[in-house]
Amino acid sequence: MFFLPSIHRHAAFREGAREMVPLATGIAAWGLMTGVAMVKSGMSVIEALAMTFLVYAGSSQLASIPLIVSGAPAWVILATGFCVNLRFVVFSLHLRPYMMYMPRWRRLAHGYLTADLTYAMFTRRYPRPGETVAERAEQEAYLAGNYFVTWTSWMLPGVAGIALANLIPASWGLGFAGVLCLVGILCSLANTPLRQLSALVAGAAAVAAYALPLKLNIVIAISLAVLVSFWLEKRAPVAWRQPA
Amino acid sequence: MSAKTDLWTLAVILGLAGVTVLTRCFFFILDKDWTLPHWAHRALQYAPVAALAGVVAPEVLVAGGHFISTWQDARIFAGPAGALVYFWRRSVLMTIAVGMAVYLPLHLGLGW
Repeated sequence: MFFLPSIHRHAAFREGAREMVPLATGIAAWGLMTGVAMVKSGMSVIEALAMTFLVYAGSSQLASIPLIVSGAPAWVILATGFCVNLRFVVFSLHLRPYMMYMPRWRRLAHGYLTADLTYAMFTRRYPRPGETVAERAEQEAYLAGNYFVTWTSWMLPGVAGIALANLIPASWGLGFAGVLCLVGILCSLANTPLRQLSALVAGAAAVAAYALPLKLNIVIAISLAVLVSFWLEKRAPVAWRQPA
Repeated sequence: MSAKTDLWTLAVILGLAGVTVLTRCFFFILDKDWTLPHWAHRALQYAPVAALAGVVAPEVLVAGGHFISTWQDARIFAGPAGALVYFWRRSVLMTIAVGMAVYLPLHLGLGW
C-alpha cells in the first residue's frame, strides 16, 4: 500500500515511519534469526524465502518449521498456525471500525501488513476511528508508514539470514534459536495464571502424546489445554484470569 | 548441502500465508457486522499459548522420539534459562541471546 502516492506523500506516513524506527533493530535481529533458523532446521532456500515473503508472521513461521520438517499433515500445520495467530483475530475486531469505509482489497492489504507492533502503535496514536475524509486519509497514511518500516526491517535481514545460514554448519545447532524465540513469545503471552496453566497442560500433553502419528500430539495438546482452561475459568478465582 | 524444495511444502507455505491474511483481517473481511459466539471468544484467551507450548515443549524435551533420558542435553538447560531471562528482563531478544549463550558452549564444547 506504500506504493500509492496519496498515501506515502502524506505527512502522517513519515510520522508513522518515524515512530517505528527505534524498534527496527529489534525487528531486524528477529528477522535475521528467523531466516537462519528456517534454513538450519532443514528448509530449502526457496522454501525459506517463500516463508519470509508470503507468510510474514514470525511466530507462526517458527512454530510451523518443526511440523513441516517432521512431515506433519497440512491441516495440522495450518491449524497450529491459526491458533498461534489468534491474537490477530482480537486485533482485527478492534481495527474493524477504522477499516470498513475502504473497499475490501484495500482492507485486506492493510490487514495483512499490520503486525503486532503496528497495531499497538496505531491504536494508541488514534484511539478513535477517523470520521472525516481528511482524518481517514491521515490514519491510513500513518498506518502504512508504520508498517512500511516493519516490513522492510523484517524482509531485508530475513533474506540476509537465509543467505548467511548456508555458510554456517548445521552441526552448530543454530536452529535452536528459533525454539528460544518461541519460548520468549510464549512467556510474553502467558501473562495470566490461567494462561500459564494452559501452557503447562499443552506442553505436558504434547510431550506425553509425542508418539502419536501425524503430529496429532499438537492437536491433543491444544484441545486439552483449552478444555481444562474453560473448566477452571468458571471455578477458579477471578484473579486467575487477570495479568499478575 | 541445501535441502530440496518440494511442492507440498510450498503449498503449505501458501496456506500459511492465507492463514496470516485470514487472522489479521478476520473481522473486516465481510461487510456484514458479526461477532463470534461466547465460547470462541473464551478460546481466544487460551489457544495461542497452548499452540506455542505444544510446539515448543517437544523441541526442548524430546530426543529421538522419546522423552529425554539423559541430563546431558544442551536444550534442557538453554530452554529454561531463556524462559527465566524473559521473566527477568521481559525481552524476547534477551531470551534468544542468553539461551544461545547457554546452548552453544554445551552443544559445541561438550557435544551435548
